[in-house]
Amino acid sequence: MNSIIELSIMQVGAAYIFSLIVLIIVKVRGISREKEIIVSTIRMTLQLIFTGYVLVYIFENMNPWITVLVILAMELFAIQNIYKRTKGELSKKMKTIIAGSMAAGTLVSLIFFLFIVIKISPWYNPRYFIPIAGMLIGNSMTGISLGVDRLVDGMKSKKHMVESSLMLGATPKIASKEIVDNAFDSAILPTINSMVGMGIVFLPGMMTGQILSGTSPVTAIEYQIAIMMGILGSVSLTVILFVQLGYRTFFNSEDQLILDDE
Amino acid sequence: MFSFENVKYKNILNIENLHIEKNKVTCIVGESGSGKTTLLKLFNKLISPDSGIIKYMDKYMKEVDSVELRREVVMLPQSPAIYEGTVKENLLIGLKFSEKKDVVDDNNLKEILKEVNLNKELDEDAEKISGGEQQRLALGRIILLDPNVYLLDEPSSALDEETEHLVIEKMVEHVRKTNKTLIMVTHTKRIAEEFGDNIIEVKKGKILYQGGIANE
Ligand SMILES: Nc1ncnc2c1ncn2[C@@H]1O[C@H](COP(=O)(O)OP(=O)(O)OP(=O)(O)O)[C@@H](O)[C@H]1O
Ligand SMILES: [Mg+2]
Repeated sequence: MNSIIELSIMQVGAAYIFSLIVLIIVKVRGISREKEIIVSTIRMTLQLIFTGYVLVYIFENMNPWITVLVILAMELFAIQNIYKRTKGELSKKMKTIIAGSMAAGTLVSLIFFLFIVIKISPWYNPRYFIPIAGMLIGNSMTGISLGVDRLVDGMKSKKHMVESSLMLGATPKIASKEIVDNAFDSAILPTINSMVGMGIVFLPGMMTGQILSGTSPVTAIEYQIAIMMGILGSVSLTVILFVQLGYRTFFNSEDQLILDDE
Repeated sequence: MFSFENVKYKNILNIENLHIEKNKVTCIVGESGSGKTTLLKLFNKLISPDSGIIKYMDKYMKEVDSVELRREVVMLPQSPAIYEGTVKENLLIGLKFSEKKDVVDDNNLKEILKEVNLNKELDEDAEKISGGEQQRLALGRIILLDPNVYLLDEPSSALDEETEHLVIEKMVEHVRKTNKTLIMVTHTKRIAEEFGDNIIEVKKGKILYQGGIANE
């Protein structure tokens, strides 16, 4: 196997020249995006340097509490991000359901994946725990955000249909089935699409990273397949939990549609 | 069959007293925005009053299970809901929603179409038929459910006078023949006077009049 080319500071610095070229092009063409490009480049640099050092520290001082704390922080950050990303106000009940589905769905998948599929040891080994948790939580976050938007939109725009179905004696579950199915579909679609193109249209980031850092492509692929299964499972589980509990918030205990009230 | 006592719903309805008799045809009239649709929704517990008492067959409405009630007291909304699919699928969807296992063949369905004076094939795309035809399709769907009480919210608003008369006449006949109860909102005074055993007039959320033939 070839040895890894360690990048020197100078080499990394040279990569910034590329950013500079883009900046010049943007300026010449009169697209007023220089500020965003500069800010995002600086942000990325600082964040990655920070994270790099934090990870080095965490990996060198393996401690179950730190691992658990990092996972918790990731969950909280993801949930907060979902609240921010969705259009319109979410009800308190809805927020609780989002948080609950995220926590339950991602943690169950994570535990299955780390302890049964990869069998990491010690159980809190941060080198595996943290990046894999990041992928499962990140993808579930994207999925559930889409699901929330679709569910809320569907209930609003198809209010008349739902109400008519109730008038015909449908239970809330039957009356909202189509909307719930739609929300689920659109939430897992990005994951499914990325699986379809994987390996042919593009090489997934994780795999690319592993290969560049010297892992054999075969090992990288094994990991990639396993992690994709994990992501699919985590996204599906999270979104199923969410839609199954979420549609109920649009009905009261008398099986009446509540939308414009409160 | 239904009785109301001091029923209030938001600031939309305020009904001191109201009785609906079993096996009768009751017509609800009143100007636009007076609260007719809102009143109808109280009968099948699509909404619940903020205060007051509603009884259905001597049971407190509060204690009646909403979904079971809506399978006995079926409502036709003011603008008919048409689901994606054929005329046949649209007729059958009510049975599916109310989880009824009745076996119906195409001949039963064709009879229903005749009953509502709808001259369309069963395999036609329901979303492509006209507004008035959709209204009759939605009515047919409800007849197929054979409920105890029909709640019809302006079932003939999109029909010409002649068709309107024909459809309502058939509907009323069907209800009387099968010993059912019909509560119908209508904007046509003539219909109310001709077919209603009882007439209720709603004005600004209050019952202005209830009883036999209205005389103004
Ligand atoms: N969900 C609601 N929230 C607030 N106000 C409502 C709601 N539904 C109806 N209203 C109001 O209550 C009043 C009565 O409405 P309703 O639909 O019962 O009138 P209607 O008599 O059926 O009128 P129309 O003949 O035009 O159908 C209207 O002023 C309406 O704006
Ligand atoms: Mg109305």
